[in-house]
Amino acid sequence: MSFSDIAGNRGERDHDLPEHELRERLTRTWATKAGIWGALTTVDHKVIGRRYIITAFVFLFLAGVLAIIMRAQLARPDNRLLTPELYNQLFTMHGTTMMFLFAVPVMEAFAVYLVPLMVGTRNIAFPRLNAFSYYVYLLGGIMIWVAFALNLAPDVGWFAYAPLTETTYSPSKGVDFWAQMITFTEVAALAVSAEIIVTVFKQRAPGMTLDRIPLFVWAQLVTAFMVIFAMPAVMVSSSMLIMDRLIGTHFFTPEQGGDALLWQHLFWFFGHPEVYIIFMPATGMVSEIVTTFSRRPAFGYMLLVLALLSIGFLSFGLWVHHMFVTGLPQLGASFFTASSMLIAVPNGIQIFCWIATLWGGKPEFKTPLLYIIGFVIVFVVGGLTGVMVASVPLDTQVHDSYFVVAHFHYVLIGGAVFPLLGATYYWFPKFSGRMLSERLGQWQFALTFIGFNLTFFPMHILGLAGMPRRIYTYPGASGWGGLNMLASIGALLLFAGFALLLWNIISSLRHGRPAPDNPWDAPTLEWATSSPPPPHNFDRIPVVESRYPLWAARDALPVVSGLAVDTRELVLSTVTEAHPDVLDTSPLDTIWPLLAAIATGIGFVASIFTPWAVLWGAALVGIFLIGWFWPKGTPEDEI
Amino acid sequence: MKTRVVGDLSGLDKHGSGARLVTWWGTIGFMSLEGMGFVLGAGSFLYLGWHTPTWAAGAPPQEVIWPTVFTAILVLSLIPNYAIMKRAQAQDNGTVRALLVLMSVIGVLAVGVRGYEFTQLNIGWYTNAYGSLLWVLLGLHTTHLLTDLADTIVLTALFFTRHCPTRRFSDADENAMYWNFVVIAWLPFYVLLYWVPRLGGG
Repeated sequence: MSFSDIAGNRGERDHDLPEHELRERLTRTWATKAGIWGALTTVDHKVIGRRYIITAFVFLFLAGVLAIIMRAQLARPDNRLLTPELYNQLFTMHGTTMMFLFAVPVMEAFAVYLVPLMVGTRNIAFPRLNAFSYYVYLLGGIMIWVAFALNLAPDVGWFAYAPLTETTYSPSKGVDFWAQMITFTEVAALAVSAEIIVTVFKQRAPGMTLDRIPLFVWAQLVTAFMVIFAMPAVMVSSSMLIMDRLIGTHFFTPEQGGDALLWQHLFWFFGHPEVYIIFMPATGMVSEIVTTFSRRPAFGYMLLVLALLSIGFLSFGLWVHHMFVTGLPQLGASFFTASSMLIAVPNGIQIFCWIATLWGGKPEFKTPLLYIIGFVIVFVVGGLTGVMVASVPLDTQVHDSYFVVAHFHYVLIGGAVFPLLGATYYWFPKFSGRMLSERLGQWQFALTFIGFNLTFFPMHILGLAGMPRRIYTYPGASGWGGLNMLASIGALLLFAGFALLLWNIISSLRHGRPAPDNPWDAPTLEWATSSPPPPHNFDRIPVVESRYPLWAARDALPVVSGLAVDTRELVLSTVTEAHPDVLDTSPLDTIWPLLAAIATGIGFVASIFTPWAVLWGAALVGIFLIGWFWPKGTPEDEI
Repeated sequence: MKTRVVGDLSGLDKHGSGARLVTWWGTIGFMSLEGMGFVLGAGSFLYLGWHTPTWAAGAPPQEVIWPTVFTAILVLSLIPNYAIMKRAQAQDNGTVRALLVLMSVIGVLAVGVRGYEFTQLNIGWYTNAYGSLLWVLLGLHTTHLLTDLADTIVLTALFFTRHCPTRRFSDADENAMYWNFVVIAWLPFYVLLYWVPRLGGG
């Protein structure tokens, strides 16, 4: 049988179908089934992406509540609202949740939803792996929060330094839950990264050459590569830690030839790229929003792409600046000071490109753009304090003080959360089919911007005045009470800002103005389809002839025909030129990823209590994986 | 928005092989991240060895006979493995089937020798950091070995039960590519785990 005969079995092609019939039949082919079974078996990247985003925001809310409780404790000197033990758990859970369960997943969540739409394809590459990754992430998050509820939370800080984390000093199960939570979330993140890379490499719409890829997609692509090379470090180190604790290995115990600093090296080899793994997708969001609301092409597209690539490389050469006070050789410290300062250059280039885009355009100051303006201001402050702490003498002074707390909140909230909030306003119409309230959006921006600066700016001064981080209270004679009270009031305002966003989302979902396909007159492909998009994303696959396809083709978007209608089929293209190359199938909905994720979860959690669970857990997962991959006789599997 | 049809893709190939497919790139992706894990494991080995003068103290050098036998099996397996890739690309069903059976047998043999290798280690994972790393790095590689063996056996079963060869050929091609990775990733570890400690006088 020849290939063309076999292809015939995929059913009718879309050539002569009228538009309404084409959409109806493609919807039938690609739709998630109704009911609970459909919800559990779906592999639609939009459904999974939406769940990822909502789950990540729930964790943001939970970690935010912990922050408010900590600020209540610190508002006054000699306060006894929390015990020191509980305070230790709170800051550990706050940092852990924000970094591992909110910041990285939410950025990947936006990629899962948007990248396939922005490159003009019908589903993400490896959609079943995508579903699996979501369930594994969810289970990891639930596990650590259930442990917290059972008073088994880790209390060793989000970077869990050895030897504090060894059983001698942390005998409870908290650290084990922390280490396994890392494994859960990193498995999820690594899976999504492989999907994003392959989606961008192989599933771009015909004509989307490398220099026509939207900047958000570029940012997510570089981030995905960074995840692939950074996250194994934390998986290796957290696995070593849990083995030290459970089966008596000695990786971090100096008495038996181990080294506590090995933990810091491995952790920060992941931990510093991690900051950029959170920040890079945010820069992609900034580029899209700035372009759309300036109503002109991005200034310096090539420079922005090169900046992304150089930040990606440089971020792997900075990790030791977290370890300046550990007594490293001076030459090493100098090298890492230089590289830490060097990375400010591509970051600066990005900022100048965005300002130039705004300068040369006709900016419309809608809520998304307001957040970007807020981002530029806050991030520049955070970047400047970053250059300060890159210097060894200054870092030695402010290490583990509130100055550092101020710095990384300026970088992380300013650099990532502000663009994320802008992106939420920008893409919400596409996600939901409803516009968010512009008036509430502006109020929210004012509250979060003022609240953020009130909370975190005083911390610079507190740090310089000598207030250490991770203390549950301080004496009145220190004179730190006033600024701490100010920070706590700011935290309430910041929290109120997020509460307003929640209200805006709920009320807009009910009564918001229906969103047209392209409410902002944006140039990228996700706006070419309806809001929200149909299950198959595009009735016909777009052809890209420009970097800004929707601005280039205002009358009618060029598309191609010839795809199967009753079988899930998509176009694979060549990596650089995006020439259409193969018509491949895309997997059907299935329950196996959920079952495999549950088996993985059982294995991970059980291994905290018995090492044998690693063996039988792996066998269990193996059985489910065979079920997952065994062909089911459908055209998508067989033809 | 309004659209205009500018081309017809119905004539494109419905199947491909190698780098034309998403699964090939996915395999490369997983090999990259797992390779990074190996690099970090080797880095940790060298870091602790460098920083701890008493690194392998008390442990005589490991026996190299069985690790060498294991390494030889792996290196020789590249020959039938290469043949699978070539025959799968040529869509030669009968030969691929036979070679998959052979590779399954070689995989079982390799796992058996590796299991014996574990019993010959003269240090426990609980003895000191050197023992910990030796066991864990060997374990990390064994995990890869077992994963690919399981995949090869399932694929062999598929070749004998399902007769839709086109998709299966690219599966066989990619499975063979992953086996290359399992073999190549082992070679530096063979040197690192069994020969490097001898250089430092044990």
